Amino acid sequence: MNLKLRALTKSLWVFHAATSPCNNCDIEILDALTPRHDIERFGMVLAGSVRHADVLLVTGVPNYKTKERLKKLYSQAPKPCLVAAIGNCACGRIMFKDSYNSPCPVDEIVPVDVYISGCPPKPEAIIAGVVKLINKVTSSAKGT
Amino acid sequence: MMILFNYLIFPGFLFAATVGLIAGWVDRKVTARIQWRKGPPWYQNFVDIVKLTGKETILPEGAGITFLLAPYLGLLCVVLAATILGMTLIFPSAGFTGDLIVILYLLVIPAIAMMIGAAASGNPLASVGASREMKLVLAYELPFLLSVITVIIKSQGAIRLGSVIVHQAASGPNIGSISGISAFIVCILCMQAKLGLVPFDSSEAEQEIMGGTLIEYSGLPLAIFRLTKAVLLYTTPLFLIILFWAGNLSAGSIIWKYIALLVIIILIKNTSPRVRIDQALGFFWGKAAILAAAAVILALAGK
Ligand code: SF4
Repeated sequence: MNLKLRALTKSLWVFHAATSPCNNCDIEILDALTPRHDIERFGMVLAGSVRHADVLLVTGVPNYKTKERLKKLYSQAPKPCLVAAIGNCACGRIMFKDSYNSPCPVDEIVPVDVYISGCPPKPEAIIAGVVKLINKVTSSAKGT
Repeated sequence: MMILFNYLIFPGFLFAATVGLIAGWVDRKVTARIQWRKGPPWYQNFVDIVKLTGKETILPEGAGITFLLAPYLGLLCVVLAATILGMTLIFPSAGFTGDLIVILYLLVIPAIAMMIGAAASGNPLASVGASREMKLVLAYELPFLLSVITVIIKSQGAIRLGSVIVHQAASGPNIGSISGISAFIVCILCMQAKLGLVPFDSSEAEQEIMGGTLIEYSGLPLAIFRLTKAVLLYTTPLFLIILFWAGNLSAGSIIWKYIALLVIIILIKNTSPRVRIDQALGFFWGKAAILAAAAVILALAGK
């Protein structure tokens, strides 16, 4: 497995992309960043600018406005860039599925690498999801 | 050949970057322990650099070659400063007349490179960051230069690092006198601003202007900027040790002095909030400059 990819899994800088969530998921993401859960021990830090991002943490159901923003954010992020859909909203739109202002789920806008379900998911679930993401990157690199 | 070795390996780029990255890890680890966290493993900063080299480098629309070259300018100059300082420590007589002044200039260039890069990116938040960086440089250079002048006066007008060291070896470190210690305190505060650490990190404020000067950088150029920061974290404390604390220059004593300065930097970083740029300007041109001017006068009086 190549060195740069291995380094990527050990130093994921996360960027918080909220596409109209109810805000609970965002609070859980912030929880995962607090000293109690301390994701910096895995080398993860919150990036201020999308240019520094390795993972987009997407929350919420995209509407007509945030859909375009999400597309733009993804194109602005340097590749390889991973996407994690956090919360049931981002995973599958739950009860907003037939809503008038919900054109499509997140994975039709950007390629989602890991789905972390829950409404909202606990910080432990988010960390477990990121571990799955890392395993996915490692195994796909081994496969090729 | 020897010069190339000195510049690239020891005491230049490789050595300085390694020490700087490990010092950066100490900073992160201590910060984590202060916040009751575990903190990253020791190789974290190296991993970050390797990862960044593997990422795509994005050239924002309208940004030219300046945007890509600016990081190298900063790194080349700060590595040159690290090399000169390291060689002076090993052979105090090897320097040239005026190398003190050269170092002063070389240590400003990383900040200038950052401004150039930020301005070239064309991002409005980056230009806010660049303008803050510029004001910060203007602010801290005045007290910093006054403190360095104190040292020059104390060592009978020598502007060679070698003579500064020799003078201190003969008549005790500068830090032992009243003027020396006040200039040293001012220098520590200026160093904090030079390194762009809290409380003087408003040009890079993550929470406020999203990385400021670095906002548009990704991939390799960002890695170069981080390396520059790391080398600066090694060079600036070393410069202060040479100027003020060079009584005993065995390897062991340099290491513990460096660690002491690092602890001071980390403590200041963790116990203070970010100040606004006007507050920083007021502080450096007010209190800090007055203390530094007092140090100059005391040094002239022979204290
Ligand atoms: S998944 Fe639940 S908590 Fe998260 S944004 Fe949707 S409704 Fe809110």
